[in-house]
Order: sequence, then C-alpha cells, then structure tokens
Amino acid sequence: MSYFVDENGYYGQFGGAYIPEMLYPNVEELRQNYLKIMQEDSFKKEFDELLKEYVGRPTPLYFAKRLSEKYNTKIYLKREDLCHTGAHKVNNTIGQILMAKRLGKNRIIAETGAGQHGVATATVCALMGLECIVYMGEIDIARQAPNVARMKMLGATVIPALSGSRTLKDATNEAIRDWINNPVDTHYIIGSVVGPHPYPDMVARFQSVISEEIKWQLKEKEGKENPDYVIACVGGGSNAAGAFYHYLDDKEVGLIAVEAAGLGVDSGESAATSVLGNEGVIHGSKTLLMQTKDGQIIEPYSISAGLDYPGVGPLHAHLCESKRAEFISITDDEAMNAGLELCELEGIIPAIESSHALAVFNSKKFKKDDVVVLNLSGRGDKDLNTYIKYFKL
Amino acid sequence: MNRINKKLQEDKKLLSIYFTAGYPKLNDTVEVIESLEKSGVDFIEIGLPFSDPLADGPTIQESSTAALENGMTSEVLFNQLKDIRKTVSIPLIIMGYFNPMMQYGVEAFCKKCAEIGIDGLIIPDLPVQDYNENYKAIFEKYGIINVFLITPQTSDERIRFIDSISNGFIYMVSSAGVTGAKNSFGDTQKTYFDRIAAMSLKAPQVIGFGISNAETFKQATLNAKGAIIGSAFVNNLSKNGIKSIPDFISSIR
Repeated sequence: MSYFVDENGYYGQFGGAYIPEMLYPNVEELRQNYLKIMQEDSFKKEFDELLKEYVGRPTPLYFAKRLSEKYNTKIYLKREDLCHTGAHKVNNTIGQILMAKRLGKNRIIAETGAGQHGVATATVCALMGLECIVYMGEIDIARQAPNVARMKMLGATVIPALSGSRTLKDATNEAIRDWINNPVDTHYIIGSVVGPHPYPDMVARFQSVISEEIKWQLKEKEGKENPDYVIACVGGGSNAAGAFYHYLDDKEVGLIAVEAAGLGVDSGESAATSVLGNEGVIHGSKTLLMQTKDGQIIEPYSISAGLDYPGVGPLHAHLCESKRAEFISITDDEAMNAGLELCELEGIIPAIESSHALAVFNSKKFKKDDVVVLNLSGRGDKDLNTYIKYFKL
Repeated sequence: MNRINKKLQEDKKLLSIYFTAGYPKLNDTVEVIESLEKSGVDFIEIGLPFSDPLADGPTIQESSTAALENGMTSEVLFNQLKDIRKTVSIPLIIMGYFNPMMQYGVEAFCKKCAEIGIDGLIIPDLPVQDYNENYKAIFEKYGIINVFLITPQTSDERIRFIDSISNGFIYMVSSAGVTGAKNSFGDTQKTYFDRIAAMSLKAPQVIGFGISNAETFKQATLNAKGAIIGSAFVNNLSKNGIKSIPDFISSIR
C-alpha cells in the first residue's frame, strides 16, 4: 500500500479536487507545475537557503532528559517552535511564496484560524514584497488580537470572515471565494495539508524537511535514522505530515497522530475527527469530516485554535483508515497540564497544539529503550492568555 | 423526453429562477415554486442549502444559513416536493453542493429525484471528471440531467469536452466570481459571450451569476438560450415576500 498521493490526487479513497469549475484553471495550473518547479535547481537552492538563513533551520532535535526520566523512555523533541515566527507553518509559506513568484502571481491570499499561518504568510509576503490578504473569522480576530496586530505590522490586510460560524472553516471559505473572484493574478497559500489536490501533497512536501532532518539528526545521536515512534498533533495535519513524511514507508516506525478531544470526545464540544467524522467533502477534498447526518459541516471545538478544524487532511484520513497511524484524542485539560509539565521539566513553553501531543505520555506507555520523537510544532507565546486564564496565573 | 430538453426546444429566450429551499420560511418552498410557474418562469432551480457554499456570494450564503436554521434537509425537501408534479409542469432542477448528496447517497438521491419528477441537478463542486467516471451511469439510469458549468477562464478544449458530455444545457457563469447580482455587464463579459456563441456548441447555453434585471437578462440572452436569476430574486423575496413574485418576474421581461 502506498501512503503517498497517486497520480489522480488521491490517498487511498481520500483526496481529489472537489472544486467548482471557477477554480479549475487555477488549481490545474498549480497541479501541472508544482512538481516541476519544486525540482528546479534554482528553486531548491532558494528554498534551502531561506530555510537556513531566514527560518533558522535545521531546528534542533533535543533530547529531553528530565521528561524522559519522568516517563521512563527516550524522548527527543523536534524543536519547530524555534522556527522564525514561532511554528512550523513558515516552512510551507516560504515554499509557496517561491512557487507563487515562479507562477507569476503578485497577490497572495491566505486563511488563518489562530493567526499562526496568517503571520507566517504575512511574513513571507513582506520578505518578497507581495500584496497579502488574510481572511480570519470575526470571532478569531477578537480572541487572537496579538496575531492580528503582527499581521498588520507585516503589511497584510486582515479581512474578517463574517459568514457561518465566523471561525477557521469560514475564513477558508472566504479565501476560496476570493480566489474564485481573482483567478488570474492571485495565489492562495493554504496553511495545512488540506484543500484540493495538489495542495495536500505540496504542503506535505514543503513540511517534509522536518522528518528529513530528524533522520540525520537521530543518526548522529542514536546511530540509527529510525525512531520507534513519531508523535505529532493533527488539526488539518501539516506538522504531522512533515514529521511523518520520510517514515511513511518504514513500517517499524510507529506514527501517532494526536487530535483534540476538546471537552471530551462524547461531549459535543470536540475536534476529534478520526472518531467523530465520516467520509465527506470539505474545502475541495474528500476526507474524514465532522458533519450531520444530512451532510452539513459541524463546527468543532478545542481550547487550541490550531486544532479546531472539522476535517483532517486526506493523507491523515488514509493513515487512519489503513491503520498506518494510531490516532489518540487528548482533552483540553490533559493538554494544558502536559504543557505546564514541559515548562517545569524542560524550560520550554509549548503551543497548546503541541501540548496535545505531549499529553500522549500520560495515556500511552512506552518501553524504556524506545526512542520517541515528538514534533514540538510551535511555541506557546501566542497562547499566554489561554494559559493565564486556565491556570489563573 | 426530459422536460428540460423539451423546454430548450421552445422558440423563445428562457428565464430561470434560483431560490433557496426552505427560505424565507421552511414551508415556503412549494408556494414559491407554484408562484414562479404562474408568473411565467420557464424553469426553476431549487437550491438545497449547504453550510459551506463556496461558490456563493453573501445573499445566497445568508439564505442558505437561514434555511438550515429553519430545519431544511434533503429529506425535508423531498417530502415538501413529493406532490409537486400535481401542480407544477415546468422543468425543476435541484442545485446543491456535493456533500449533502453524498451523505444521502448519490444513487438514492437520483432515485428520489426521479420519483418526484426532478429533471436535473447542478452540483458546482462535483468535478466533471469524477461525474463522468463514477456517477454518469447512475444519473442516466434515473433520467436525471447533470448540468455543467463553464466560466470565462475555461479553455476552448475543455468547453468542447463539457459540451460533448452535456445532455441538457451548459451553465455559463457570466464572470469570474461567486454568485451575486450585478447591474450591467462590461466588455469582458460581452467578449466572452461572443466567444462562446462563435463556438457553435451542441448544447444550448444558459447564463447565470450576475443577472438581476431586464437589462442584464437582455444582454445575457442576446446569444444564449436563456438566463438564470438567483441572488436578485432571493433579495427581493426576503424584502418583499412571496406576494411580490409576479411583479418581480414581469419586471424582467
């Protein structure tokens, strides 16, 4: 079985490009060109240089000694939180801005939930001198004010999504509508491994630098490229796609995808798509999706704004259905406590998304000599308000 | 012969209206359809609301959200329409996004449409290729016409392909954009309308998106067989109610 995208844009039964005809030329142009452009020497050189000099890669693969002692196993943290802008998101936006330039686009649009992808997009647009418009749900704008300010400082226009539930999925709808309205000069930088083919594959390839580095870094530290497990949180699933990518075919590497259970999988306030979702179409992709019996999309909930997406990328739907990855759901409370524990044991304040991944150590037992790599996808600065409120700091 | 094909043979420019089922009130659907037929509309697109209508502008987004809040579902719509052929004889098309149809089951959906007397479907986010490979046989089994969209950006080659697999009409999206009323068409649209007319396609073309009044209807149907009014009608319906339908329709032609 292959875990990579096939020539029609599918991962098993998931994926495809369920888009209105109005978007066909844009998506088709991208589909025909993305691999060719990514393979050009000049593209690779520019991408690698920016990742090194601007983003600060390679990010460390840090052996977390005290955390390992506590859970009696060997834990390495892949420090994506140390990337410029504070999360792995920028790996993808660097790649896509270079793609947009080569496609001759001069106007960039993006959607954002918590604002991390919006900031990463505004950053690369400033870097390249391109116009940047970020769609963000009206409710998210109110609760993520610092990131809105960052985007504005970086020169982006932030447009509130006023439709539907006024959060991430509606911001995505608005970005797609913008692209329909501006089919020629605009590139849409999707922030996760979601959307119509080729986006899930393109974004996964840009994020795959994470597992590419883990391989050689682990070789240096442990004398072998393959850990026993890789753990990553999944909203849409871009950091997990990057952390899993070069291990997909190495069956001896266990892949653990961590979803947000919110207040509990059965509480009605959850984002655990692998448990609550079934096959459906969202934002141009056939995938696992939280929806009503009638096929209306359900608004998810998580304390983490980066995990409350009602679907998962089609790659993850395939990894889930084929059981290649183990899916674990973590509640708000479990995640918050795991986040605080990392602060206390390692002096690292994680993003609440990453805290969900960290909470796995409380629910799953690893062997003493297991080597476990956890992708620490982002830093917690953006979440201080939530931490302050939760722990009454 | 399907009612749509019969209608397309009539020697006149066709006026079609889109409205959202279950809007303004849940049980308005049948009354709106009956009033449209009495007012002289040639065929109707019944919008099946979806929570995330990607191709629609604010008017139809809002009517869809309201209809869902009213309790509209595929099942409710089919129940409302079960006796529609006792009172209405013009072609009826359901327009909706793919996910609700997929959850209902594409075959079950088509079967139900055939039982009720729905003549066609417009599913903006079902790709042409996917329809052709996976669903064409089902549509044909139940005699349901699938209507494809083309836009100013669609290449001639792709238009030829879409024409070759169309068995009703081609839905010409007037301009690059989501649904929404416009007051007039510019040169870009006129050039596009002329380009398509010059292609002498097999399937008649009906233009939609941006048609709102007598002027845009006339411009759109200069070459095309007909035109569809959606947002402007829904706007009028929400402001002036069902009783205003005859006046709205007579203002168009």
